[in-house]
Amino acid sequence: MSVQTAGLTWDRVRSYRPPQRYIPVLATLALLVVMYSIGVSNYRAFSNVQVILNVFIDNGFLVVVGVGMTFVILTGGIDLSVGSVVAMTTMIVSSMLQNGAWPAPVVLVVALLAGPALGFVMGCIIHYFNIQPFIVTLAGMFFARGMCTWISTSAIPIADPTWETLAQSRIRFGSSNFVSPSVVIAFAVVLIAVYVLGYTRIGRNTYAVGGNQQSALLMGLPVGRTKIAVYTISGLCSAIGGILFSFYTLSGYPLGAIGMELDAIAAVVIGGTLLTGGSGYVLGTVLGVLTLGLIQTLITFDGTLSSWWTKIVIGALLFAFILLQRLIGLARKIR
Amino acid sequence: MTSMNTVANQRWKALAAHRLFWPVAVLLALLVANVIYRPSFLSIELLQGHLYGSLIDIVRLSAPLILVALGMTLVIATGGIDLSVGSVVAICGAIACLRISQQSDQNSVGGVLSALAVAMVLSLVLGAWNGLLVAGIGIQPIIATLLLMVAGRGLAQLITSGQIITINSSPYKLIGAGFWLTLPFAIFIAVAVTVVAALVTRRTALGMLIEAVGGNAEASRLAGIRSRRFIFTVYVFSAFCAGIAGFMITSNVSSADGNSAGLWIELDAILAVVIGGTSLAGGRFSIGGTILGALIIQTLTTTVYSINITPQTSLLFKALVVIIVCLVQSPAFRASLAHRFRRAAPRPPAPPGPTSPDAPVAEIAVEETPMEVQR
Repeated sequence: MSVQTAGLTWDRVRSYRPPQRYIPVLATLALLVVMYSIGVSNYRAFSNVQVILNVFIDNGFLVVVGVGMTFVILTGGIDLSVGSVVAMTTMIVSSMLQNGAWPAPVVLVVALLAGPALGFVMGCIIHYFNIQPFIVTLAGMFFARGMCTWISTSAIPIADPTWETLAQSRIRFGSSNFVSPSVVIAFAVVLIAVYVLGYTRIGRNTYAVGGNQQSALLMGLPVGRTKIAVYTISGLCSAIGGILFSFYTLSGYPLGAIGMELDAIAAVVIGGTLLTGGSGYVLGTVLGVLTLGLIQTLITFDGTLSSWWTKIVIGALLFAFILLQRLIGLARKIR
Repeated sequence: MTSMNTVANQRWKALAAHRLFWPVAVLLALLVANVIYRPSFLSIELLQGHLYGSLIDIVRLSAPLILVALGMTLVIATGGIDLSVGSVVAICGAIACLRISQQSDQNSVGGVLSALAVAMVLSLVLGAWNGLLVAGIGIQPIIATLLLMVAGRGLAQLITSGQIITINSSPYKLIGAGFWLTLPFAIFIAVAVTVVAALVTRRTALGMLIEAVGGNAEASRLAGIRSRRFIFTVYVFSAFCAGIAGFMITSNVSSADGNSAGLWIELDAILAVVIGGTSLAGGRFSIGGTILGALIIQTLTTTVYSINITPQTSLLFKALVVIIVCLVQSPAFRASLAHRFRRAAPRPPAPPGPTSPDAPVAEIAVEETPMEVQR
């Protein structure tokens, strides 16, 4: 009797297939586990929890930027301006804080308004004038980078006490582990994004527009409003990412965060979000950022590999995941 | 009198509706702005058997961009995009410079030619990789080429071992910085490749077939066109063009830097193509427009340097020009201008093809396929 039940349970376990929409995220998770065990088995210091926490400390801004990018890619669009907006935010912050010209809260508000404003304008141009997101955000990228150098052509250090406290304070827990306030902010953003995408109207609209814009329009969903909203959200996330980046570097540098848009797109893709839109999860993006960070950490631990191997490995990983997406897409078609 | 007016009006309308009208107008406006600021802008002088002047400089510096944009035009015409050209520029420049730097006599023409041959073969291989991913496996072009864009920078640095390879080879220097018949040699290369591409695509059915594939790959396949083969070929051609541009860029500075050679050239190339009136949705292309687009971008850069705008803000101007050009070309924007007092309703994506049904595109275009020959 009990043997029979056990057999049945085993059958059920064996025949369990995770829902297909989770497969890319699960693949990323599996990859992470493999990479982590490679690290632990090869390097003794790798098993320290702090190694993982450091990945988050070093990539907190990328998590936030990646979250914004996830929204945009879910609608089937793309936002190339994120790196420049991050740099623009750091420039706004550092120039306004220079010589204590403005109080920190005012600076924070202004910096958090600039990114979404640019995102809103880009969204409007994309929607109302029917121009490809690729080109519009490319112009946005040039614009934000130009604003950076217009504000100042050289790096500006930040000496504001509020910023210094937030940048240098560490939240300790356990015996010797710690995270920075940035990590906490990044996770708050992730949780809000998970809630917005999963449980609100705008989240469902985002998936609907990405799945099939024509159907969404025929269903009476506010396609235009949704598209403008996701670019504004991406701008807001880039602005928050810029603030975190200014905590991380404690300066504003007009040429900072170059190529961050590529890292963000890579994180989103590795996290299992379909680039055609309509399918993907914010938590997948977090795993994607973790993957990118672990690659960097592994290469640093190895010590003999040069930094450019990071790019080659990321390229190879991207290839593997895109191939996986393609295979899933084919399987779906055949069914 | 009235009829003459109407005729003039119609001519003007036909001209304004022509696809190359706006790119030419923007280029002329930029040149006029330059002349107003500095009357000597147009002057060209002969020094030591070479022609010098701002115009010559603009054409010389835009040669690599013209090449890359040319390949990009055909890729975009099939409805794809090639983001990897910047990395291909870096890889091919690096491998050519590496081969030359390893030779005992860097000035031997044979040695330089063999280095170029190796790099060209490599560029074809890289293009074939892109083509395989897009046409063979069926990955979205933007993603498939993003792979090589990310990994290619790493490969280029791997080739140069993270160093900047400097060479001292006069035959190699000729490609990007040399003169021939008083004109920069790079212009001849760019013109030669452009002419060959224009002849092959517009004097044979190839161009129309490429447009057919871009208009609807599935439909063209059902019509008996081997669309995969065309898609594969345009990626190989794009990488080949990028490879030659890589020679020019590295030869101009006699060094190869895996990190910065050809950085952002893919963006400039896409801009050039879009400014030139090729639709990013695929299905039609204009080689003449692309050349104009590349010249506009280079003129803009030169203008920013020559007028007393700090070069740092040049990106702001680029952004503004891009947006203005895109808006002007957008049918939705024109419609909303025309019906400014009515509420501009959101429109479905514009179909590829002439912006208005009565646009007499074929009449004035030089290398144009007549639009009546519908796919």
